[in-house]
Amino acid sequence: MTAVLDAAGGASAPAEVFEAAVAADERIEPRDWMPDAYRATLVRQMAQHAHSEIIGMQPEANWITRAPSLRRKAILMAKVQDEAGHGLYLYSAAETLGTSREELLDKLHAGRQRYSSIFNYPTLTWADVGAIGWLVDGAAITNQVPLCRCSYGPYARAMVRICKEESFHQRQGYELLLALSRGTEAQHAMAQDAVDRWWWPSLMMFGPPDSESSHSDQSMAWKIKRHSNDELRQRFVDICVPQAESLGLTLPDPDLRWNEQRGHYDFGPIDWDEFREVLRGNGPCNEERISQRRRAHEEGAWVREAAAAYAAKHREADA
Amino acid sequence: MSSTDWPLWEVFVRSRRGLSHTHAGSLHAPDAEMALRNARDLYTRRAEGVSIWVVPSTAVTASSPDEKDPFFESAADKPYRHPTFYEIPEGVRHL
Repeated sequence: MTAVLDAAGGASAPAEVFEAAVAADERIEPRDWMPDAYRATLVRQMAQHAHSEIIGMQPEANWITRAPSLRRKAILMAKVQDEAGHGLYLYSAAETLGTSREELLDKLHAGRQRYSSIFNYPTLTWADVGAIGWLVDGAAITNQVPLCRCSYGPYARAMVRICKEESFHQRQGYELLLALSRGTEAQHAMAQDAVDRWWWPSLMMFGPPDSESSHSDQSMAWKIKRHSNDELRQRFVDICVPQAESLGLTLPDPDLRWNEQRGHYDFGPIDWDEFREVLRGNGPCNEERISQRRRAHEEGAWVREAAAAYAAKHREADA
Repeated sequence: MSSTDWPLWEVFVRSRRGLSHTHAGSLHAPDAEMALRNARDLYTRRAEGVSIWVVPSTAVTASSPDEKDPFFESAADKPYRHPTFYEIPEGVRHL
């Protein structure tokens, strides 16, 4: 705001202050001046991210009652609870931009804001819990670690907390798959089947190829994004190949091989038609995920009302 | 009544005895007691705290947003408030 006071002549002054702060790798904080498009981009991205966390509770919660041991059940409950927590950190961070929790949830329920398309796939077997931890959370971590340095302070701080917690998510998934892979023939096959189904959707989590990504350039310039979709996808593939070998499982891509020249693994083409179909609402579980979310919200209304009534009663008694 | 009627609370967590409470984040809750319980579930799931404060966000008075504000300027030209301002001869100890 100094700039507004100082620069008698320039209407562009706050914009210059903003640009300079971003260029100097300083963080933008809630009450700073920021371009409307920067604010809108952040709200869109953080809302989508928050929605993904809470929708992501569903496919895994599906297995809580059928976890094969008390140990696995306790782990899975802790993980699902973490996802709820991550959603709340992100909704709080989004609210610093002047939007409200209610508004964001309404938009999710009305299908006007998205969540990650990965959660529109079903969890068919117990091994899927492992594949989600290893691959889906692994891809999320690859995406999220650079976000800890995002130019918007509250988002970056939320991501630091989330990344610390995600690490347990990924390791529990890997350990779960390892136990199955080293188990009976049927258990090994179950683990392999889960990896076969989750591999490609996990690669799609990095978003469309750089050549088609509509938001990327501006987000990179604003330092909301630090690496391109394809760059992060490649990093993820390079990390996963040796991890799959240690698991004793294969990745379902005949084109996957080390490229000496590039120093990276080459991989086969991604089915972007499938990605677009799922985004369009035609994935296996789109309908189910959003209707369950709406139902949970509606059926929880009486709890929210009771808590508010209790608080109001005590305010009156104290007054 | 909807959750929009629930006020926003700022959460401060003391990570262990001997350290001060630091800001952890914010949350919505209908009253202070629920805010404390929610804060415990949200910000101390891994034993990150031994004590929590919750403060209604509306109770916080903030200086103006720009950290380069004239509000803080008067401290900027007083380097003599720092020990490094003073030159001490080589070899003088415990100073």
